Formats: sequence, C-alpha cells, structure tokens
Amino acid sequence: MLKQMEGSRAVAEAVAMCRPEVICAYPISPQTHIVEALGEMVKDGTLSPCEFINVESEFAAMSVAIGSSAAGARSYTATASQGLLFMAEAVYNASGLGLPIVMTVANRAIGAPINIWNDHSDALSQRDSGWLQLFAETNQEALDLHIQAFRLAEELSLPVMVCMDGFILTHAYERVDMPTQAQVDAYLPKYVPRQMLDPGEPVSIGAMVGPEAFMEVRYLAHAKQMEALELIPSYAAEFKSVFGRDSGGLTHTYRTEDAETIIVAMGSVLGTIKDVIDEMRDAGHKIGVLGITLFRPFPLARVRESLQGAKRVVVLEKSMAVGLGGILSTNVRMALSGLHMHGYTVIAGLGGRAITKKSLHGLFRQAEQDALEPLTFLDLDWNMVNKQLEREKAHRRSGPVAENLLRDVGVVAARNY
Amino acid sequence: MDKPFAITLDPGSSLANHTGSWRTFRPEYVDRLPPCNAACPAGENIQGWLFHAEAGDYEKAWHALVENNPLPAIMGRVCYHPCEGGCNRQHVDSAVGINSVERFLGDEARKQGWKFAPPAAATGKRVLVVGSGPAGLSAAYHLTRMGHKAVIYEAGPLAGGMMRFGIPKYRLPRDVLDAEIQRLIDFGVEIQLQTKVTDVQQAMKDGFDAVFLGVGAHIAKRAYIPAGDANKVLDAVAVLRGMEGHDAPMLGRKVVVYGGGNTAIDVARTAKRLGAEEAIIVYRRTRDKMPAHDFEVEEALQEGISIKWLTTIKEAGESDIMVEKMALDDKGFPQPTGEFERIEADSVVLALGQDADLSLLENVPGLVVEGGMIKVDAGMMTGHPGVFAGGDMAGNERTVTVAVGHGKKAARAIDAWLRGEQYAPLPKAEIATIERMNSWYYSDAPKTVRPVLDIIRRQSTFEEVLGGLDETNALFEARRCMSCGNCFECDNCYGVCPDNAVIKLGPGKRFKFNFDYCKGCGICATECPCGAIRMVAEEN
Amino acid sequence: MSFQPVKFYQTGTFTVGNRLLPPEERSVQASTKRFNSINSGHRACQGCGEALGARYAIDAAMEATDGQVIAANATGCLEVFSTPYPETSWQIPWIHSLFGNTAAVATGIAAALKVKGLTQTPRTRVVAQGGDGGTTDIGFGCLSGMFERNDDVLYICYDNGGYMNTGVQRSSATPPAARTATTMAVGPAPGNVFGQGKFLPAIAMAHEIPYVATATVADLRDLEAKVRRAMEFRGARYIHILVPCPLGWGTASHDTIKMARLAKETGIFPVFEAEHGEIKSVLAIRRPLPVEDYLRPQKRYAHLFGKTPAVETIAHIQALADKNIRKYGLQARKGDH
Ligand SMILES: Cc1cc2nc3c(=O)[nH]c(=O)nc-3n(C[C@H](O)[C@H](O)[C@H](O)COP(=O)(O)OP(=O)(O)OC[C@H]3O[C@@H](n4cnc5c(N)ncnc54)[C@H](O)[C@@H]3O)c2cc1C
Ligand SMILES: Cc1ncc(C[n+]2csc(CCOP(=O)(O)OP(=O)(O)O)c2C)c(N)n1
Ligand code: SF4
Ligand code: SF4
Ligand code: SF4
Ligand SMILES: [Mg+2]
Repeated sequence: MLKQMEGSRAVAEAVAMCRPEVICAYPISPQTHIVEALGEMVKDGTLSPCEFINVESEFAAMSVAIGSSAAGARSYTATASQGLLFMAEAVYNASGLGLPIVMTVANRAIGAPINIWNDHSDALSQRDSGWLQLFAETNQEALDLHIQAFRLAEELSLPVMVCMDGFILTHAYERVDMPTQAQVDAYLPKYVPRQMLDPGEPVSIGAMVGPEAFMEVRYLAHAKQMEALELIPSYAAEFKSVFGRDSGGLTHTYRTEDAETIIVAMGSVLGTIKDVIDEMRDAGHKIGVLGITLFRPFPLARVRESLQGAKRVVVLEKSMAVGLGGILSTNVRMALSGLHMHGYTVIAGLGGRAITKKSLHGLFRQAEQDALEPLTFLDLDWNMVNKQLEREKAHRRSGPVAENLLRDVGVVAARNY
Repeated sequence: MDKPFAITLDPGSSLANHTGSWRTFRPEYVDRLPPCNAACPAGENIQGWLFHAEAGDYEKAWHALVENNPLPAIMGRVCYHPCEGGCNRQHVDSAVGINSVERFLGDEARKQGWKFAPPAAATGKRVLVVGSGPAGLSAAYHLTRMGHKAVIYEAGPLAGGMMRFGIPKYRLPRDVLDAEIQRLIDFGVEIQLQTKVTDVQQAMKDGFDAVFLGVGAHIAKRAYIPAGDANKVLDAVAVLRGMEGHDAPMLGRKVVVYGGGNTAIDVARTAKRLGAEEAIIVYRRTRDKMPAHDFEVEEALQEGISIKWLTTIKEAGESDIMVEKMALDDKGFPQPTGEFERIEADSVVLALGQDADLSLLENVPGLVVEGGMIKVDAGMMTGHPGVFAGGDMAGNERTVTVAVGHGKKAARAIDAWLRGEQYAPLPKAEIATIERMNSWYYSDAPKTVRPVLDIIRRQSTFEEVLGGLDETNALFEARRCMSCGNCFECDNCYGVCPDNAVIKLGPGKRFKFNFDYCKGCGICATECPCGAIRMVAEEN
Repeated sequence: MSFQPVKFYQTGTFTVGNRLLPPEERSVQASTKRFNSINSGHRACQGCGEALGARYAIDAAMEATDGQVIAANATGCLEVFSTPYPETSWQIPWIHSLFGNTAAVATGIAAALKVKGLTQTPRTRVVAQGGDGGTTDIGFGCLSGMFERNDDVLYICYDNGGYMNTGVQRSSATPPAARTATTMAVGPAPGNVFGQGKFLPAIAMAHEIPYVATATVADLRDLEAKVRRAMEFRGARYIHILVPCPLGWGTASHDTIKMARLAKETGIFPVFEAEHGEIKSVLAIRRPLPVEDYLRPQKRYAHLFGKTPAVETIAHIQALADKNIRKYGLQARKGDH
C-alpha cells in the first residue's frame, strides 16, 4: 500500500511487522522518531507481544538486547552517533556471541565537536565489530532492508545494522510502499535461535577463550559473515517475488554499462548523484554510479566486477579516516587491487554539509579530466582552513579549532542539541 | 542446539579439570579422643553413647554405654563425673550434664528392662573374683562378655561393696543398686555371698585359671584421741555400714565428725537425717584443701551441717570435746596455735580414711605392697602371675568409677593372659582439645539443672536428694554434646568446600574426600565444628 | 523443674546440616541432591569465598525455583575461573557478556521470558551476578536502571572488596586503609582512602525495590533464607554477599569463612534485609569483638600493625564499625541465638 510518511515512521512500521519481541530504546537524534513510534505501538497494543524497555543508556540498550536475544526473543534497538560509540563494547559483544540483533543506525556525525547532522562516521567506526552493515538509499529501501535484516541475522546468527541517513531519510516524508503483515509473515520465518538460555538444556554462553582457540573463533566469525555474500542476493530475489520490488542485494549499479568514470557511494547521496549522472549522460558523458548496499561483509568481487571496465573510480564518502583519508575508498581500493585505473577519494557531506548537484557536476567533470587531487574534500572552505593553519603557525597554542572556525564564519553562539 | 565454537560450552564440563593436582596439603578425617572420654576413669565412650542419645535412640545409647560400664544407673548417681570437668563445652557455656544423661539411660534401662547383649562363646576358662564391689562386678561383667566364667566370692551378706555399705541411700537408693547387680547375675555372673577368702591360693584351687582381687579398703584409720568412757568415738565406715542393718546407729543429738573427705560429709549428713540437732565437721585445714567435692560440701551446708575449718580434736570428754585452732604456715601446712575451745558432742565419728585388708594374700609370693596398697602393672596384674587386682586396694584414687575402670582393664588383661598373650592397651588417639574445634557452630544452650529434693525432706528422710531428668531434658542435654573429635554428621565439610570435593556417603556413613578436585584449602578442617578433620602435608 | 525446650540442635544450629534435623529443615547445601550449580574443576584459588558464595546462592535459587534459573554473569574472577574454554563449571543456563552490563543483560533475559511466556509471571527466573567492581563501579549504571524499572531480576553482588581478577586493585567497595595494587601501603596515608563509602545495599534500598539483603559466606542458613525470600518477590531484588578472597586479603585459604564471620561479628559488615526500602531484620552480633581481631589476620592491613601500630587508623575503622552497629542495631541480644 502506498503511503506518504516520514522515514522513521516507515521503518518503525516495518520493524513492527517483523514482530520483534523485545525493543530497547534510548533517545538520540535522529533516531528518536523510530523508537517513539515503536514505543507507542507497544503501549497501545498494536505490537504485541513485545516488551519495550526504556533503558538508561545505549550501552544498556545493546546489553538488554544481548540478554533477550540469548534468551530466544527477536530483539531490536536503534541508535546513532554518540550512542553507537557509547554502546560499542556491547556491539562487539553481540556479534562475538553470535546474537541476531537488528539495529537501526540513523547515521550522524561523531563529536567533538558535537553535531547532530548526517554523515557515516558512526556506523563506519563499527565496521570491524563483526556486524553486518546495510546502507539504505531511500526510505523505501530502509523499510525493506529491515525486513531482510531480520531474516539474514537469524539465518546467520549474526547481528545486522541497518544504516539510514539521519534527517535526510529519517525525517523526510516520502511515498513508500508499505507491505502487508501477511507479506512479511510469508517472508520472515519465526525466530529459531541457534543457541538459547534454557533451563531444559543448559549451556554456558560467553566463555573465556585463550590463545589456543581465539584465532579460530575469529576466523569462523569471518567465514560466517562471508556467507552473507551468497545469501543476500537470494534473499533479495525472494524479497522481489514476495513484495514485487528490487530491494537490498549487495550493490546497485546505475548507468555503468559503458562508463569510463564510475562514482562509488553509499546511502541517500546516491539519489543526488544519479540525478547528476542523468544530466551528464544527457550531455554525453560516459559516467555511472555504483551504490554499495552491503558494506559488511564487503562485496569485493562484486565491486571489482562492477568497476573493472572503467578508466577511473571516484569514491565519494561521508566518512573519513583521519590521518589516512577515506574509509569506503580504502575498501574499494582493495577490490581493485592490481587493476590499473585512476582512483579518487572524495570526502563529502561531513556533519551534514550539503552535497549539491552543482558541486557534484564540477567534481565529476574535474575527475573526468583527472584533475582531482587523490584526496579531495568537497566544498571545503579553504579560506577558513588556511586562516586557522596560519594562526597555528604563529602561536603554537591557538585555542580550540572549532571555536576559532566558528568565529571566522561569524556564528556567534553554538546551538544547543 | 547448534552451539557456536568455543564461545558456548556444555554444562559441567569442568569435571575434566582435575584441580586436585594443586594440593600441597590434604584433609583427612580423624577420630580424636573426646576429653570427656579421656577423663572418664571407667573408659566410657561418652561421646559415642551421647551420639545415639541425641537421636533419641536411648536403647542404642545404653548399649554403647554398657560396653564399658555395666552400672549406668549407679554411675549416674554416685560418679563424681570427672568427664564433665574435661568437657569442652565448659569453654562455650557450661559442661554437658553427662552424668545426668547417664542416669537417665540407666533408669530408662531399668524401666524398659533392657538386657546386655549376649556374651561371646564360652571359652571354658574360669576366673575367680574376690569382692563384689564395683571393681569386682566390673571385672566379672567384662570377663563374662568375653566368654569366660566369672565367679565372685563375697565375704559380706549382700553384694555391692562400699556402694551398699558406704554410700548412703539418699545418694544411691538401694533398689537401683539391686537392679543393676541383678542384671549382672542374669547375665551369668555368679556371686557367692558370705564367702570370705582368707587364702587366695587356696581359693584358686576351686578350679580357677586366674583371679581378680577387689577387696576394697575397709579398715578405718584411727587417730589417737584421749577419751573418757562416756564419750562415744566411732569410725565412719562402721557407722555407715550400720545403716544397712536393722537398727540405726545411736549417735545422739550432737555429732562431731572428724575428717575432710566425702565420707566425713556423708556421715554428717546421715547423722542429720537420723535426728541429730547439730552435726559438725571438724577439719584441720581450709576449705580449698578439703578432699571432699565442692558440691558435696555445698549440699551439706544447705542441710544445716556446720564445718569448723583449721581445727583439730585434742580430747573427747563426756559430753563435749576440746578442739585446737590451727594456722597455716608459709608452706600451707596447719600448725597448732595453742588456742583451745570446747564443743558439745554426744559422739565423735572419725572419718580419716581406710586401709585395705591384705591378709588373704599373705602366702602369695612376688607381691609388692606399697603404702598399704598392692602394686599392679599396666594390665592390673600383681607381682604374682595370674593374680590381678583393682579398686580401692590398688589405687590412690578411690571411687566407684576408678574401680569399674580397673575391673574392665583387668578383665582385658586377664583375657590376654588366659590366651598366653601380653596385654597391650590400644594406643590413645590425640585429644580433641577446644583449640582443635570450631565452637562457633554450637548454639548457646546452658546446662540443664537437675531437680533437687526440698530441704525439709533432705534433713529428715533418706529419700534421694538429686532427681533425674525427664525425656525432653535428657534429650536437650544430650544434644548439648559437641561430639568433640568425632564426626557427628553436621554436613559442614560437605557444605563449605568451595570445590565440591567432599562426598556425602549417607546417614551413618560419614564423608569421603574427592581428591580429584580437593585443592587442599583447609576450609573443611577449620570449619569442622568438632575437629574431626586434619590437614597433612602432601608428599610429592 | 524448669522445662528446657528442645529447640534446634545445640550441637549445630549454625552448621550446614545435621543428621538429626528433618530433611526439609536442613540447608540446601546439606543435601546430596543439591544442584552444584557451579561444579568441581573450576579454577578459583584455594579457599575462594566467591566460588563458595556463588554455589551457596545459586543452588538456593535453583532450589527455590525448582531448577528454573538463568544466570547472567559479569566479567571477573567468578566468570574467569568458571568458564575458561573448553570447560565450564556451570550446570545452569549461564551467559557472560561484559564487565559492566550484567544487570541489563539480565533485564533482557527477563523481558524475553516474559514475552515468551505470554504471561506476567514466567516460571523461569533470572539471576544476575558480579563482583563488587562489576556491581558498585562499572556496572552501577545498568544496575540502577534495572532497579528503577523494577525488572524481574535478582542481582547478587559477590563483594570481595576489590578488583581481584585483574590483580587486586581498588574498587569503590574496597574498605578504608586496605592495601591494594592501586592503593599501596606507602606514603603518609598508606592503603585505601577513608572516602565517603559506597555501600550499595543502602543505595539499592534507596530505590525502594522489593527486596535488599546482605549476607556472608559465614552464615549459610541466613544466606539461603535470603535467596529463598528474594525469590518470593517479583521485580528487582538485590543481595550483597561478603566473600573473602584469600589472595586479595592476604589471609590463609582455610580462614575464608572465619574472616567473613569476623567481619560480621565486629560490625564491619552489617547483615540485614530490607523490603521496599525498609529494614525488616538484622543479624545481631553474637560474640562482640574489636575490629582489630578482623584486621590483624589480613596482610592487606599489615601496615596497621607494624613496629608502631597505626592506632588512630584502627580507631577510625572501629568508629566505622561502631557506627554500623548503632545504625543497624547490631548489638548482641540475649536469646537471639
Ligand atoms: C561413705 C563413702 C562414700 C563414697 N561415696 C562415693 C561416691 O559418691 N562416689 C564414688 O565414686 N565413690 C565413693 N566412695 C568410694 C567407693 O565406694 C569405693 O572407691 C569403691 O566402692 C571401691 O570399690 P572396690 O570394688 O575396690 O571395693 P569395695 O566397694 O570396698 O568392695 C570390696 C568388696 O570386697 C569384699 N571383701 C573384702 N575382703 C574380702 C575377702 N577377703 N573375701 C571376700 N570378699 C571380700 C567386701 O565385703 C566388699 O563387698 C565412697 C566411699 C565411702 C566410704
Ligand atoms: C570494560 C572493562 N574494564 C575493565 C576490565 C578488566 N577487568 C576484568 S575483571 C576486573 C575486575 C573484576 O573485579 P570485581 O568485579 O570486583 O570481581 P572479582 O574479580 O573481584 O571477583 C576488571 C577490572 C574489563 N574486563 N572490562
Ligand atoms: S564438618 Fe561435620 S560432617 Fe564434616 S567431619 Fe566435621 S563433624 Fe563430620
Ligand atoms: S574444603 Fe574442599 S578443597 Fe578445601 S581442603 Fe577441604 S575438601 Fe579440599
Ligand atoms: S583472586 Fe580471590 S576472588 Fe579471585 S579466584 Fe582467587 S580467591 Fe577467588
Ligand atoms: Mg571484587
């Protein structure tokens, strides 16, 4: 059924149709609308049986989910940014224990400086946590990915993070095709836990493992994740047969057939990029885009396959490895190793900085001429940066960078978040 | 369950890890000697019989008791219970009333008509026992148990020795005495009354393979006291023996008893009961030097007997005596002061101790007599092979209990001797001292006080002074026993082991260590209330 | 004659069992059918109070629930010595997640049980357990949250007064003046500081949760009774058990129970229970003792008894014990035993 609704609401309804049994929530923008909606559904009985627990921190949220999942309940939570970092120890633990928790990350920058706007630093900081990570391009996909995520998590007995851009998706009103409960029930079997805390069959979960077996445990976790590369396409196909639309999968290509330049990106920015590409194609440019839906495990072979025909690859990412450059681009580069092609890393949209069509047009054209720096910061205010750098050269101690920069752009006081 | 590798494990699988290899000390269950047992001259296994009494199995308790002592009803009345003096419970609150439980069991046995367990198969050996005092009765009993034929020759008209002709009725009612002697007769002990042995070797010719002598000490010691005709100077043993005849001795209104032992007290209390207005004990030394037991002195004082300390009798006149005050010198000996006083007295009874009459041994070669007592070895054998002796004639400590102990020990030695073996007493286990125990675990439970006859009747009748305990009280008292040194199945070791390394074998079967897992921490040993576990170094 | 009631057994009111007691009046630990929830072969130090306390408590919980217990366990000695791959000592469903999240994990399990049972009262009960560090420090946030929501969890803290598993460092439950690896017996004020204290049972009571109790491994019957009582309630419950650690305290391995007993008898550790924020009973001191008797056998206090004894420090500790005695009404009473 087609509905005009907020992204968060759409995700909440999709999650509810997955019949989660325990939901733990701790508020943080821009995740709040999702858990608020779920809380209401549990409270008014629409979502039942389900325990909705207002925990005292994200660390507790993940921990409660660990407990409930280990006790055999389908468990869900959502967070973002600082919250994800606050729960980090438990994030690793959930995957280490092999617990199929599904978590929405409403992607948001990480402070300091504190910033509530979108980028991918939060989710990508957990890229090695052992969780599967899916990135949604649209609200429709966000909704669909949650349904697939439960299926995937429970089949593999691994936790899955569904990432959607904060505000851009979570707070955007769009038309979505809301599935029926019958469809979801047909697609998502009942949760049969792989291991469970059960007095009838007691086990000890979470043993201490020493050097004699730790490597093996880690290898097995890797091997398990890699199974997702096989499973996901088939689940996407099955999804299509039940719900009638393409959603999920490992990656999506757009107009890459004969492209000489291929852009690689994740999340909602793909929409803007596609618009730009359409316009450039109309102008005769041989350009296309590869959207990464599955970031972990990283579909190396598929990415290589998708990119190997191009002359150059531009990875445009909303994240950054300080001191190195890109995160997504490092992963993409690994897929391309041994291939001789130009590769550019473009850091864009950090902390909610708008990525405009105009800027992209300029960027892509520059790339086509191989006039890009290998590491490019889209729309960086060089004037502002250089001033600070000079100041720092002059006085070794020059006060907090953020404050100085704000002074330079004339923002008097920071807002409260 | 499809368990993830290494992270999820099967329950209880740590049994594969044998932590016993960590041990440097290992616990061991031991049976230590309870101090009460160690202090009991009759060698009773007190803790052993209390163990059954605690469970309310009085018959079993009685049977365990009579393995060592055939006279519990008597013992429960007249024994001075040195066991209670040794009892560790005095360090917690007050000693266990062992004696009162013993009496309860003895009386219960009489009421229920319990019999001794049948004796061992007859050996065909015959042993002569001279004297039916506690030493003789005990020897005869133990010999009978072992299958020997014991025959007692008793000079007197009735059996019991000093228990009958010394200890007054108000402390030992005669029906009690009679019943316990009768049980021995029923058991097979033969007593020939009015059969005085004048020559042991002669008597042995009646077909005996060995002899035990328990003739006691009946000759009163005298002190020289110048006396006029009219005044009656009597000896205590004769007075008390006279109490068993038809006519009570005539002592008069004012009776002075000379001496400081239990006999002196008994005579004074007897005199009071016979109607004396005044019964005065005259003793040379001070109260703390007095050989009589404190509680007896106390009971006598309650009954109105007065005691003159540091006093000697100088002479006895017609209706009074003259006494001299004494003073202790720096060595603590009484010395005359030259201060005199006259006290009214219708009679003076001397209670200065007794000597043994050893005339029946005159012709026996090899005997050694020291200080009027016959010398015996560790197995109660005299210098003459096959002649054994015990009781008052063979020891300084003259009590019924010691006599019973001598009789038992002698019986064992005689048994060995009859088989041509050397008697070797079993090595004694270490004593379970209070330091070896963990008294925390015993709840506070002060001793039960025995009922006492009212004072009027104590002064005018020979009714028994001290009452017995009823069942609940006896049970309470039995359960005060801390079972020193011997496992009482409190389950502590089983419970406190952090490694579950103690195996409980079930009621009455005690416990076992599982050395696969015992790390040797020693908690079980420290927390065993009764000190029945010890830690010993592991040798590698 | 005055009648002496044959109450419990003079030979062993405080013992684990007693052959004379009817089986139903014996402790759980006395039974040959006890669960041994934590089995032999665990790697706790010799004489570990925590290993003992855990078996006492969990076995009692198992007994009270007919074997229907799921446990969540914080990182710490108990976890490490019980579940090193490839062996576990636990015979019950058990999970270890992290150091500081145990109360929350337990909340999750309880929620799962509730939703799975589709009733308000699932048969299976949840116990969370951790050391003092995992409880009073790093796990405190999750614990307080669990209390505040009144989740149906019994949380048991095994207090050995320090971070023992990492090598005896100070926790907020480490008593004043005690030497630990991070509060060494050096300088002008050797050992741990005399801080404000952080007595978690009192904090738990401030949440007014249905049941809060303290216990020690020195009084098994009391401990079991408290676990049993705790299992009669629904909602958040907290039991704080003092478990001496021979390694961390520097005491003989055989003195573990004795040390716990001394802690209680000196007033150092008040033993009581409270319902809905109000104290319901206290375990009175039976044989009053000065704190010195408790301190002296422990090497962690050795610096108090050097050539010049730290009289003032000892007096300070005595004052704290005296305060406990006053505050909780622990003074010995006739007829209490
Ligand atoms: C007044 C009094 C009160 C006492 N109170 C206590 C008390 O409360 N508790 C306690 O423990 N002890 C008490 N005693 C001591 C105790 O009675 C004796 O120590 C004990 O009886 C000694 O036992 P025995 O078998 O050695 O000798 P006895 O009991 O003296 O028995 C010896 C027996 O041998 C017989 N006999 C002697 N010579 C011959 C012979 N030639 N042929 C055949 N038979 C012979 C005697 O007739 C007598 O029956 C008391 C003693 C007295 C005098
Ligand atoms: C987040 C985190 N911080 C620190 C540690 C290290 N650590 C593991 S166990 C432990 C001490 C545990 O102390 P406590 O909870 O008192 O239990 P005990 O070992 O004393 O029984 C510490 C500090 C950890 N595992 N996780
Ligand atoms: S602790 Fe108790 S059960 Fe164990 S040996 Fe000692 S008395 Fe017997
Ligand atoms: S308590 Fe257990 S481990 Fe310690 S010595 Fe005794 S049996 Fe061995
Ligand atoms: S360090 Fe302490 S708490 Fe840890 S196992 Fe050893 S004794 Fe037990
Ligand atoms: Mg600790």
